[in-house]
Amino acid sequence: MTTLEGRTPPDLSGRNLSFKRALANRTATVLIGLCVLLAALPLALVAWQVLSKGASTWSLDWFIEEIPRNYRTDGPGMGPAIVGTLAITGMASLLSIPVGVLGAVYLNEYGKNKPLARFIRTMADVMTGVPSIMMGLFIYVGYVTVIDDQNGFAGALALACLMLPIVIRSTEEMLRLVPDELRQASSGLGARKWRTTMGVVLPAASSGITSGSLLAVARAAGETAPIIVTVGLTYIYRPDLFDGSNTTLAAQIFRNASQPFAASQDRAWGAALTLIAIVFVFTILSRIIASRFAIDKR
Amino acid sequence: MTTTASPESPPQVDLGGEARSRRTDKGFTGLVTFAGLTVLIVLGLILITTSVQAWPALALDPVQFLTGMRWSPSDEVFGAFPFLYGTLVTSLIGMLIAVPVSIGIALFITEVAHRRSRKYIVTVIDLLATVPSVVFGLVGSLVVVPWITPVYQWFAGLVAPIPGLNAVFDETNTGRNYFTAGLILAVMCIPIITSISREVFATVPEIDKQGAYALGATRWEMIKGAILPHSFGGLVGASMLGLGRAMGETIAVSLVIGGAVGMSANVFAPGNTMAAVIAQQWGEAGGLHRDALIGIGVLLFAITVLINFLARVVVRRAELKMKGAHS
Repeated sequence: MTTLEGRTPPDLSGRNLSFKRALANRTATVLIGLCVLLAALPLALVAWQVLSKGASTWSLDWFIEEIPRNYRTDGPGMGPAIVGTLAITGMASLLSIPVGVLGAVYLNEYGKNKPLARFIRTMADVMTGVPSIMMGLFIYVGYVTVIDDQNGFAGALALACLMLPIVIRSTEEMLRLVPDELRQASSGLGARKWRTTMGVVLPAASSGITSGSLLAVARAAGETAPIIVTVGLTYIYRPDLFDGSNTTLAAQIFRNASQPFAASQDRAWGAALTLIAIVFVFTILSRIIASRFAIDKR
Repeated sequence: MTTTASPESPPQVDLGGEARSRRTDKGFTGLVTFAGLTVLIVLGLILITTSVQAWPALALDPVQFLTGMRWSPSDEVFGAFPFLYGTLVTSLIGMLIAVPVSIGIALFITEVAHRRSRKYIVTVIDLLATVPSVVFGLVGSLVVVPWITPVYQWFAGLVAPIPGLNAVFDETNTGRNYFTAGLILAVMCIPIITSISREVFATVPEIDKQGAYALGATRWEMIKGAILPHSFGGLVGASMLGLGRAMGETIAVSLVIGGAVGMSANVFAPGNTMAAVIAQQWGEAGGLHRDALIGIGVLLFAITVLINFLARVVVRRAELKMKGAHS
């Protein structure tokens, strides 16, 4: 091929970029990469510290013994906090997930773009941003002062308020993925709307709903502020949530971390490792369910 | 099936037309509507009950509550301004760090990373979001604080001769201060700002990006010229959502802020924030003191709800604008 009037074709490879532009491009790429490292750093620090300092506390006694009353007392025991975390979070899930799922059904199947539904949607988003301690104060005023006792159920109520908007919004996302053909087929067979919703739409979205709810559970299990405001403190097993003060792992981390004694700080690290393990299990479960049973996104 | 039902012939099967089924349908509609309304009910109840409870402390002297510098529960003097100031300063520090870093991460994920490494980075950010805040507080107070105190002292010595800067970065003898709290807030806000920035960047039309490349732009010039101008509104919204999160963060902050009742222009000095003071003083508070703490909560609630509401409006408006540009 002869080049036109003897000119070589232009070099488009980027090698002859001006030095200034090439430098700006390189610098920007490096800086952007650094940002990722900056975010990975704290995660690595947390993981390393919690694992190295918390692992030594783990033993059989750690999971079953009661919590030592004195901060200076060495030795294991976080059993009541583990039971408290699971019981309070479980109760919160029982309260918030059904309401949240039904609320999402309203938004996606009934309200759609009506002004009320749009308003609820916005307020649910706003509610996700309400500081968690506010939920604690609310339940303190509305429940604890009324029954005049701090108990585990109060903590469950506070966590339920926290979970409600998360469950609503994640469930709505999942309902939106259910193909309209399924709804049309169901009503074409003569099913009423509630039948269609309960028998077709919700089962089709069930894996997504489960996965979203598990994420909400994981977040609630790690919450501290609403717990310390409403639940009080105990050192012994209180599986009955209506019977007096209770405790959770997060609350124990907070109390023990603020003490200057090595024994209590050790317990704080151990509790942190236990809490992270619990949160991690929920998160992983949620991911597995989400990826294994996902609806086709078309 | 070859025969089709003629219009006159009544349906042979029961299509659920009886009154009972109709009643169930109505009942179900009512049930789900009520479930949707719980969001509004709970939000309304939060505002009403806490305001009523805090009223005795607020009514004592509302102006004093907002602007007073002295917080002395034993004298029934409640001036919450130092805490308001602490909340603003710590979240500002947090945002100054978190916003650029998060935008950088989002850009890295959408524009720079290969498909395979993208998955790992997203996982890292997701994991960062799952760490409970109290664990950040624990690591912050027992590991970061002792380690970072000499760094602060070194930096304060470095800027000591520079007027202005030496007032903001003054000498310190503790790592439990506004700046450490800001650092932890930055880490905690990165996941939410990153994920919303990614959503925003995903709406930039592919044709704009390809167009920029076709004109010979480098990647950075493409980001500067095509992505950022397009995403500005959404990024503002994302930052505001992070700000709302930062202002409400309680436990991690209360472990590293130092718990002083005063305020200081020095970011290396101990202080307190609205949310943290509630958690710290709740245990020993009673009567009017407790009501005053709830009053701080009401103030915090009002501020965060306002910020979140505005942020959602900004994000939604930006999304609408971008979708319009799409089609």
